[in-house]
Amino acid sequence: MPFDIFITINGNLVCVSVDEEETLLDTLRNRLNLRATRFGCGEEACGACTVLVDGIAHYACTYRTIDLQGCTVRTADSLDPNGPLITAFVHEQAGQCGYCLTGILMSASGLLMKNGRPERSQIIETLERHLCRCGSHGRIVRAIERAASASGPGA
Amino acid sequence: MKGPLDQGFQSSLLVSNCVTFDTPDEATVRTGKVEIGQGILTALRQMAAEELRLSPGRIRLLSGQTDATPNEGYTAGSLSVVSSGGAIRLACAQARTMMIERFASRVGCLPSAVTVEEGLLCSPSGLVSSYWNEYRGEDFRVAIRDVSLTPSKDFKWIGQSLPRADLLSKLSGGAFIHDLNFPDMIHAHAIRGHASDEIDHHELRKLQSKYVAEASFLSVGKFLAVYSGSEATTRRISEVARQILFPDSARAQYAVDPAEYPSRPSLTTVLEAPGNTSPRNSARQIRASYSRPYLSHGSIGPSCALAHFDGKTLRVWTHSQGVFPLRAALATVLGIEEPNVVVHHVHGAGCYGHNGADDVACDAAVVAFHTPRRHVRVQWTRRDELRTAPYGPASLVQIEAGIDKDGRPTSWHVEIWSPTHIQRPGSRGAPGLLGGEEVNFEANKMPPGDVPLERGGGATRNGFALYRLPAQKLTHHLIEDAGVRTSALRGLGAHANVFAIESFIDELAIAASVDPLDYRLSLLDDERAKAVLLKVAEMASWSSRPQSADGSGLGIAFSRYKNIAAYAAVIAKVDIDEHVSVRNVWCCVDAGLIVNPNGVLSQIEGGIVQATSWTIKESIPTNTSELPRRWEEYPILQFSEVPEVMVEIISSPEEGPLGVGEVAVGPTSAAIGNAVAAALGQRIRKLPFVRDQLEKLLLEADDDE
Repeated sequence: MPFDIFITINGNLVCVSVDEEETLLDTLRNRLNLRATRFGCGEEACGACTVLVDGIAHYACTYRTIDLQGCTVRTADSLDPNGPLITAFVHEQAGQCGYCLTGILMSASGLLMKNGRPERSQIIETLERHLCRCGSHGRIVRAIERAASASGPGA
Repeated sequence: MKGPLDQGFQSSLLVSNCVTFDTPDEATVRTGKVEIGQGILTALRQMAAEELRLSPGRIRLLSGQTDATPNEGYTAGSLSVVSSGGAIRLACAQARTMMIERFASRVGCLPSAVTVEEGLLCSPSGLVSSYWNEYRGEDFRVAIRDVSLTPSKDFKWIGQSLPRADLLSKLSGGAFIHDLNFPDMIHAHAIRGHASDEIDHHELRKLQSKYVAEASFLSVGKFLAVYSGSEATTRRISEVARQILFPDSARAQYAVDPAEYPSRPSLTTVLEAPGNTSPRNSARQIRASYSRPYLSHGSIGPSCALAHFDGKTLRVWTHSQGVFPLRAALATVLGIEEPNVVVHHVHGAGCYGHNGADDVACDAAVVAFHTPRRHVRVQWTRRDELRTAPYGPASLVQIEAGIDKDGRPTSWHVEIWSPTHIQRPGSRGAPGLLGGEEVNFEANKMPPGDVPLERGGGATRNGFALYRLPAQKLTHHLIEDAGVRTSALRGLGAHANVFAIESFIDELAIAASVDPLDYRLSLLDDERAKAVLLKVAEMASWSSRPQSADGSGLGIAFSRYKNIAAYAAVIAKVDIDEHVSVRNVWCCVDAGLIVNPNGVLSQIEGGIVQATSWTIKESIPTNTSELPRRWEEYPILQFSEVPEVMVEIISSPEEGPLGVGEVAVGPTSAAIGNAVAAALGQRIRKLPFVRDQLEKLLLEADDDE
């Protein structure tokens, strides 16, 4: 029995018919063809599927879509390729395979919305919910520091 | 300088296999090597741009397609920039020369008088043409010759830190194989137990009738898969079916502990290297054993593949490291002609060796073959990655040396026990695909073997030390059955061997009361080796380090990868309380000619961080059926645990490029081990350095007192 759920995704109000157990990750990727949110483990351990729900970073792999009625969701599909965050990641060449990055971008985006000038320790604390296997950690932290200084306080 | 023609690229390659000008204003360059997160496509583009005198943006680079690119085997062994890069540079230089010569003979001037810029050719009298103009009458189907390459002093693109061409796309959706989407796509997933498990067909029929409205099952031999139009449905039913057909409790699969290897069946080979010291009398013998555990690849994106069979041609999309070997293996498994299999590489998540990419492609191919005219997508789970994909093998390495009264070696014997480091498709004739073994076990079973030393070695890689030593004896015991499937993981045997040898050298230095840096320098003749050691010592202020074993310490280690490739020296600083924390890692690398310095730094930094994770956190448990299923059962390094990493490169532009993907892993583990020994005054010889190991060491110390 499908449920009709209204969600604002990346600024657009959409109505999706979803199954009761359907995850937000599945809805985004397979119903809405938004492919920047990635499957990594399906059990909230790696962070590859991170999106912002009402401004807070959440794992999309276990979040049931029916629990998102009326919520606002942001995914990495919506990030401005010329914005400070992506510009900083490209500048630092922060990534090797890049698979973990879209989730990390969303956590970073959530952090910078709350705190435009985070301490390095706050960035690292935010990234504890993410795994990177290629060893790009240092560059990723530097990229977020760079984005913070480029976007200015409160950006 | 050793030219690329000496370094193993296919001598049968034609210029036309590598470069053509058949689209206006751009060059089409083809490589059989593939992007696996290492930035190779950016480096190859720079090498092509250099020789063609074109901006990198005007090079269309095709990679890893069996119907469009040359067969260059596997993207492995830190060889791509050497072999494929070497071929591309020569082919592009030759293409440029051919265009110049053709133009010069048409307009009647000397080829040397022709100027070339961005594909435009200009004669001294002001006549103008272009590559694309001249190409119409030219035939590039000629063998690649040893033409002269652009000298390093004239480099415009080689040596520049160009940004990765693929990175921006990976910061949004659509860049990965996981994102491919076809309108008619079905989602399949293989349901597997232990290799010896039989399918209970009675239970299977019950499952089929229960889920008949939602999904279909396919069984071929011992291969079993479920498929449906929905990814979530397929995953849900696959999970239920696995628990019914292959309950975990019934599984008897476990990995053999490396400590038990000496009592296990093995194939033994003895190798020797001549000594380069004068014979001296031994004052005493020293012996120590080191081990590393089985390791999981742990890519963040589980393996994925797509396949389509139209009744004649099978098309496969894969993130395999070798599209051509995979094509041959799939043709064998399915009994179809190799030309009727087309394999295309699509970017996957980070690849550090023989992971699940080939197996998942086989899963997709088998299902597609039996459900023609539909695109079949298979997405492995985290559980599949941690349990089903091959592991990097565990190893036990014992070193015995005689030493003279000054503490210098008078005899040297390294003895290695390890399961194979290579079971890639086609490595020993057989397809080596999990699904293939399930479809038809006997035809697909891979005979025992390992990578021979002349091809870099598997368990024997870096088994010989680069030091000035007496005759070196290397005994290799290839463990025939480790209980789990093992294959190539970043560095192969170099990781365990460098960890062992560099730990042992440290032990010898300490026994001789000589600084570990000075001890190494005293045993090295190779100036490039000494240079990286001296540089890293300077970076880490080695000579002014604190000496007391108070829970904090520095350790140093060195290796030359495969003893013929890049040099790396590493110093690590650790703090120890209940856990080992790696605070800093300094590294100096000499990798010869550097094509993209920032790309090289990134590869080395990544190798250091990954090896740090292996060293202090990772192991597949042995002698238990509880192989890991999720990240919490196989923890890897978190952001808060990552050391500060500083890398410097010694540039040797007159030398050939040497590849850097694997150079840092062995020295990093050894440097951390040596730092732990300095911090505790006692040595842990068994990886990983987890809390259990520390406690064991402290207990033993208490017993000694």
